Amino acid sequence: MEALSDAVTDQLDRSKTVKVDMAEVRELDTLGAWLLEKMSRRASAAGHRAEVVGVADNYAGLIEEVRQVNRGNLTPPPAQNPVIVRLNDIGRAAVGASEDLRVFLQMLGSLFLAIVSVLRRPRSLRLTSLVYQLYRVGWQAIPIIVLITFLIGAIIAQQGFFHFRKFGADSYVVDMVGILVLRELGVLIVAIMVAGRSGSAYTAELGSMKMREEIDALLTMGLDPVEVLILPRVIALVGALPILSFIGSMAALYGGGLVAQFYGGMGPPIYIARLHEAISVTHFEVGILKAPFMALVIGIVACSEGLRVKGSAESLGKQTTTSVVKSIFLVIVLDGLFAVFFASIGM
Amino acid sequence: MPQAAPQLAIRVHDLVVGFGRQVVIDHLSLDVRRGEILGLVGASGGGKSVLMRTIIGLIPRRSGEIEVMGAAIGGAQDRSTQSAAGRWGILFQQGALFSSLTVRQNIQFPLRENLVLSQALMDEIATAKLEMVGLLPEDGDKFPAELSGGMTKRVALARALALDPAIVFLDEPTSGLDPIAAGDFDALIKTLQKTLGLTVFMVTHDLASLNTVCDRVAALADGKIVAIGPMCELLQSEHPWVRAYFHGKRSQMLQPKAS
Repeated sequence: MEALSDAVTDQLDRSKTVKVDMAEVRELDTLGAWLLEKMSRRASAAGHRAEVVGVADNYAGLIEEVRQVNRGNLTPPPAQNPVIVRLNDIGRAAVGASEDLRVFLQMLGSLFLAIVSVLRRPRSLRLTSLVYQLYRVGWQAIPIIVLITFLIGAIIAQQGFFHFRKFGADSYVVDMVGILVLRELGVLIVAIMVAGRSGSAYTAELGSMKMREEIDALLTMGLDPVEVLILPRVIALVGALPILSFIGSMAALYGGGLVAQFYGGMGPPIYIARLHEAISVTHFEVGILKAPFMALVIGIVACSEGLRVKGSAESLGKQTTTSVVKSIFLVIVLDGLFAVFFASIGM
Repeated sequence: MPQAAPQLAIRVHDLVVGFGRQVVIDHLSLDVRRGEILGLVGASGGGKSVLMRTIIGLIPRRSGEIEVMGAAIGGAQDRSTQSAAGRWGILFQQGALFSSLTVRQNIQFPLRENLVLSQALMDEIATAKLEMVGLLPEDGDKFPAELSGGMTKRVALARALALDPAIVFLDEPTSGLDPIAAGDFDALIKTLQKTLGLTVFMVTHDLASLNTVCDRVAALADGKIVAIGPMCELLQSEHPWVRAYFHGKRSQMLQPKAS
């Protein structure tokens, strides 16, 4: 239809008078009426005479309606200098980063205040909610955490045997698996899993509560959402992550042991004896000490991103993505800082 | 003024609220008397909900004073607001029921937070509130997602009334309801106001409920209250926006009554 109408524009421009006979037209929609109106506007603009005849009575109203629309000139927004647009974006991103820091610190502060007020009135702790959250982020996460860390431990051991065998250094595979898993990988893998699994759930839950005005309803009842919703979630995370890290580390060592037996030809007694020599409580402490801090970072990021959700479904998706990406990033940065810290205190 | 003050449930003086460069509420003053039902009308997007949310402390203001039952309202985190919170109930436009709790738990939530009661007594009170708003005790075990629009509003009203507040704020309580349900809701609000001595602050577009339940109507235009008074006074108002609102095609049905 549009192509047909474009095809007659040449003709339209040449002829002095235009007459459109609509007598045979049985059905007309807004699109057709608008094309007709466009033709007649083009003709009248060029100073020609345009006429539409034979319009069925029931469509006269539609044509008249279309005659009134699109009269105002939509001025396109002025084209901006691409360099300035780019600079503007960079500036906004920089301001956004400091805003992120502010939001993070604000959430840390209000969590601290909530803890103080709970310590003052221990009855105000949401015990039911806390237990439920512990069940969700702790107990329900165990199977997947065990599976993933078991596989990671097995893969490290397999790679170790494959490459170390060339130097005849088979027995050092156990050192590598033990130290790597207990110090770094156990807690890191579990933290990343929890950020993806529970952090995203926290953001989406709080975000949808924000969208449905549930948070506002809490505020107007004189309750603090941080105390009611966020504190139990963060405490559950801080409690669950060290336990999950421990379980994950054990699963990884078990996976390494299985590979040692079936792939490396190293029986369980030797594996356990080597492990005993290679690792110490310090390695275990280094790993497990990091867990609560990582949990705190994940919890704060997840909850504060949840509260930043605006009204739209898109914003909920965006904040959930941001929450997971940001918490995984911060967990890895934190792990690096801890590595420096523990190295400098000689652990 | 000292004599008049106790008679006022809400006092808003010289309030300014804005977002960015846009000023939504511009030096607005409004008094709501105790025990009355005040209807607030205004254009869509004209700041009615903003005014209500500012009064209950959800939106920060630029300047001005707000007092509810004689207590100054600072903001959601403010202590005096939190103490005032026990004395008001709010019905949000979408209900804002806690989606993880059942209807009964939703109604019990304010009780549980503010009072120390046995579970049996709270169950009885929740059932009583459910019946007051015209729902069945069986509805108490449903989750908010299972409720229809009208039921959601009724449950939200029951929750707002849980603590027997002095003031209830209603944000478009009858929008999205069919005329019969809306009529029932109006009657319910009127009954509750009479029996419990409630003060009701109601944002609405529903001309019928303005006409039947509101003692006074306030018209908000250009960020100010341009007219306030009983319905018959507003119908006489000379303000162009108020005239357009009450004398448009859709409000013709009110005319014979008013004249």
